[in-house]
Amino acid sequence: MWKFTLRRILIMIPQLFVLSVLIFFVAKAMPGDALSGAIEANPKVSAQVLEEQREKLGLNDPAWVQYGRWLGNLFQGDLGKSYVHKVGVTDLIGSRLANTFYLGVAILILTYVISIPLGILSGRYQNTLLDKTITGYTYLSFATPIFIFSLLVLFVFGFRLGWFPTSGSVDVGVQPGTWAYVVNKFYHLILPACAGALVSTTATIQYLRNEVIDTRLKDFVKTARSKGVPESKVYSRHILRNSLLPIAAFLGYDLTAVLAGNLFIESIFGYPGLGQLFLQSITQRDFSVVTALVMLSGLLALIGTLLSDLILSWVDPRIRMG
Amino acid sequence: MGMRVETVAPIETIQKSPSNWSILGRELLKDKMAIGSLIFLFLFLIGIYGSIALINQDEVTKIDLMAIQAAPSADHWLGTDDAGRDIFGQLVIGARNSFTIGFMITILSAAIGLTIGLIAGFFGGLVDNVIMRFIDFILVLPFLMLVIVFVTIIPKYGVWEFIAIMTAFLWVGKARLIRAKVLAERELDYVQASKTLGTPNWKIITFGILPNLSSIVIVNLTLNLAGNIGIETGLSYLGFGLPDGTPSLGTLVSSATNPVILEQYWWMWLPASLLILVLILAINFIGQALKRATDAKQRLG
Repeated sequence: MWKFTLRRILIMIPQLFVLSVLIFFVAKAMPGDALSGAIEANPKVSAQVLEEQREKLGLNDPAWVQYGRWLGNLFQGDLGKSYVHKVGVTDLIGSRLANTFYLGVAILILTYVISIPLGILSGRYQNTLLDKTITGYTYLSFATPIFIFSLLVLFVFGFRLGWFPTSGSVDVGVQPGTWAYVVNKFYHLILPACAGALVSTTATIQYLRNEVIDTRLKDFVKTARSKGVPESKVYSRHILRNSLLPIAAFLGYDLTAVLAGNLFIESIFGYPGLGQLFLQSITQRDFSVVTALVMLSGLLALIGTLLSDLILSWVDPRIRMG
Repeated sequence: MGMRVETVAPIETIQKSPSNWSILGRELLKDKMAIGSLIFLFLFLIGIYGSIALINQDEVTKIDLMAIQAAPSADHWLGTDDAGRDIFGQLVIGARNSFTIGFMITILSAAIGLTIGLIAGFFGGLVDNVIMRFIDFILVLPFLMLVIVFVTIIPKYGVWEFIAIMTAFLWVGKARLIRAKVLAERELDYVQASKTLGTPNWKIITFGILPNLSSIVIVNLTLNLAGNIGIETGLSYLGFGLPDGTPSLGTLVSSATNPVILEQYWWMWLPASLLILVLILAINFIGQALKRATDAKQRLG
């Protein structure tokens, strides 16, 4: 186990390096720099001042010097400064991180609350009307693009019926720290979280359904039944015990999605999280923010897969051997 | 003796069991949703490609200040947008662009993924190891974010650049799938026999293994086509998809980013949204029926 863990972590180091180089040079290749937007257009700022400013910010140094500086700062938790918002990128991300985290966790919980029972029911009552309905739903949720579904949900429940707020993460004027604030935040979460969860259940439902169908006929289950174990216990103790463990491992992959933010959901529901920040920053050419966000997502993705691989290998020793 | 084995074997298999293709066809016709989807797709394709001569893009995108945000009428079947341009005409052109480009991305990424997957799986060893590490790495990358970044930084951004960016990320999933299948396939007797007989590797790959993967590839192509149309329209919705001169279905949907339009001028975004939804569902239903056909356990009968 330790050998596997160590080997798996060692694989990550070159990946991290390649990721950082890739992202840095991609960011450098962006047209214009932080000074070329609003500041350059301002006639009061002369070309000479602009050039001095560029020199001071180190924008004229060779690329590899800038990369070295960027990486050094990265290790100290300094992700540079947002030229648009005039604050440190770390602070900017920190201010949005909580929102994205709430939304991500809400989507994650809802996804499993919906998909685990549906998957089990679908497998247990295979080929009944119930199973066919659930399978039909998985086809729909697999195929439906998230942005179309979100828009329709927002249009129907937000605008037409007016049941839910149509934008933001909290109403203006609600005092932070009060109970009303928490309720209000939760109220804003419901619609985006439902939209996100309803279209991301497919994999878990299909996995559980197949697992239950396969395990149902295995000898150890037959033995349990013939010994008179009640049907509900056959499922909870014998069948699900094996099937639910790998789901814990999938959480690692999901962790990535939780923090990386969902571009479509956040942009459609006007939810101020990291996904929205990314889209705004790229439109405003605020490349230090873009770079930091892509790097953060890549990093989280690497950690997420690492966690998943480790949990999977712990649950299923065959993976360690391979 | 080698000759005899090679000529007799294929005839026997054809007589013994139905070919992959006839199984695919039979399964497709047993599924009512799939038949409906096939009919829809057929009409859709006739509609978007048959209208090339009828609907002129310059005509449709001409700004008409007399008919701004007009509701659906006999003149404008689905109304007009905030520059007085006919929505129905834009819908047809957008659908044509989205489908064509989604199709090209699918074919290109399949071609690359198939080639690399076949090579990695068949030869194994160091080649396989290097390719797989590379693929694992690309799969971990934040795909959507990077596509958006690339779309923004490419200087002369056009349709081909978009296709190239998408393909650069999308071939990896296909390569992984094909490699896994080839790994299983190359251990089978027929491959070992061909090797023993001295058949060159490229011949074993193209005439031996590839035909056996055809049904999986077809299923995967179909499902990917639906997925790729979804990604393209989604990116176009965000404003990072097809370039300006090439309207996509997602471009039409993006008018809904304005809350006023979303709430009051439904004809500007709803038809395009529903068309994307139905199109992707239809392609998926066909794909799912084909998928069942390739898995004997799940066939309808």
